[in-house]
Amino acid sequence: MRMIDGRFFAGAVTLFMWLALAATARAQGLDVDINKGQIDPLPIAITAFVGTSPEAAQSGADIAGVIANNLGRSGYFRPLPPESFIEQITNFDQEPRFGDWRQIQAKALVTGQTIMEGGRLKAQFILWDTGSQQKRAGFEFTTSPKNWRRLGHLISDKIYQELTGVPGYFDTRVVFVAESGPKDKRVKKLSIMDQDGFNVRAISDGKQLVLTPRFSPNSLEITYMAFGSGSPRVYLYNIETGQREIVGEFPNMSFSPRFSPDGQRVIMSLQDGGAANLFVMDLRSRQMQQLTNTDAINTAPSYSPDGSQIAFEVGGDNSQQIFVMNADGSNPRRISSGGGRYATPVWSPDGKYIAFTKQGGGRFAIGVMNPDGSGERLLTEGFHNEGPTWAPNSRVIMFFRDEPGESGGPRLYSVDVSGYNEQLIKTPTFASDPAWSPLLN
Amino acid sequence: MLRMSAGFKAVALCFCFLALAACSKKNTANLEDENGLGRAAMAGSEQQFKTEVGDTVFYLVDQSTLTPEGQETLRRQAAWLKQYSDVAIQVEGHADERGTREYNIALSARRATTTRQFLISQGIEASRISSIAYGKERPAALCDAEQCYSQNRRTVTVITSGAKTS
Repeated sequence: MRMIDGRFFAGAVTLFMWLALAATARAQGLDVDINKGQIDPLPIAITAFVGTSPEAAQSGADIAGVIANNLGRSGYFRPLPPESFIEQITNFDQEPRFGDWRQIQAKALVTGQTIMEGGRLKAQFILWDTGSQQKRAGFEFTTSPKNWRRLGHLISDKIYQELTGVPGYFDTRVVFVAESGPKDKRVKKLSIMDQDGFNVRAISDGKQLVLTPRFSPNSLEITYMAFGSGSPRVYLYNIETGQREIVGEFPNMSFSPRFSPDGQRVIMSLQDGGAANLFVMDLRSRQMQQLTNTDAINTAPSYSPDGSQIAFEVGGDNSQQIFVMNADGSNPRRISSGGGRYATPVWSPDGKYIAFTKQGGGRFAIGVMNPDGSGERLLTEGFHNEGPTWAPNSRVIMFFRDEPGESGGPRLYSVDVSGYNEQLIKTPTFASDPAWSPLLN
Repeated sequence: MLRMSAGFKAVALCFCFLALAACSKKNTANLEDENGLGRAAMAGSEQQFKTEVGDTVFYLVDQSTLTPEGQETLRRQAAWLKQYSDVAIQVEGHADERGTREYNIALSARRATTTRQFLISQGIEASRISSIAYGKERPAALCDAEQCYSQNRRTVTVITSGAKTS
């Protein structure tokens, strides 16, 4: 049995694999190849989990809804409408009538059971291959009942991983800036939500202008820029304790922070007159190291996942390009080469890509390129798209899209790295500057 | 915006000049307050600084060098600040919304630095001038057209203390 830290919420989640399954039983026709470009979503039936009490049954139905929503939004699955189900699953221990499921074209079937046990909610599920009539995966998770959405996310991750061969990204959160009020006096609050847009909560009161929040690698801290009294500063915020602190007092503004992959350092820009240069602070020793020293605007730094390199943007007076340098500041070289301006480089968690914002002809695109600058591909383009952030499995990019007009405002979207399956993430207010957490478990 | 066509550039420049013209018109000495009551602003007041001196300097797309009009406004600001030597100011740097967030923060800091340095070069003590960079967070004009963007590429000299109030 493995314990999962119940971050953000009281109450741990426990998980164990309770079915001994042949790990290699990957049947023909069932598995989803996520690398072949535009995909044909896999038809999957997700049944309401059978509850052993009315309360458990409600959670069971809700959990099935979360799973269907997650898998459907991924673009790789097509959850079938429950109205089309021929068989109604009422007994989790009984084998499904596979013919009934094949008849509605379900390639995969998810059945489950929810049990209230000593004030805790337990969810068990089985992923079936309706063709081979074999069990493909089965897990059990336990948590506090108010944490039920998280069970849906954890189960979604197991199903996604089993059928695509790639880790999921559903048990994650997004920190972003919730925006309200008129365009010239926007109130901006730091907010956190689940990746699907649920459980939104504000973690700042809107009195300070806050920008560019980013998660630490353990998802417990956020670094961001805020306008307090005096010069704008980079801050750290501890999600569990609510504690806030300034990352260093400098003569001028500090901005554009991001954690190093080991979480021990924060890299940021310090302004000095017209120049902005990159510095990295060791959070334990509070020692600062200067990484760039030019008259240009050096900002938007992002480490490679192994921590050996840093992508950043260099700009000023009609140029804005992406550079990569070694983590000690040596060997800076420009990697962006197409026409236009390149900004906000963000290294993918698997190290294969750098996502960016590209500006040209009065339009803003989100794209990806290889870390050497080759293979540039634009995923979405329009009036204003900005600020990509990666899902932990490097398959999905979230960004914000602003709308023209006085009453327009930014909203969050996600898009598959293939460029397909763009999805709006519904938020209660306008939202910008998203940053995706790593997997929580 | 890097690859603007020559035609578009010309139009953009044209808009800029129009905006500057409109602005300098607004900022030249006038004896009417905003209510049109025909009263002169009180000497040494914030209102006088805004309406008769001009608190705003405009910049061209992605530029942080002063235009001749901008220099003219800042010379007026410096003259006024010399006259009212108790006044302390903060230079707010701003950028239009057609840029990325962090770059615009840095670009607006560059503009604020240019404005501040110019005032210092005109004899205003550095200790009287603080600066802050707002990037694209506080637009002054809200339409989505160059005529508004050009109004937002600016520095605003804000009086923080020492102005006459009565």
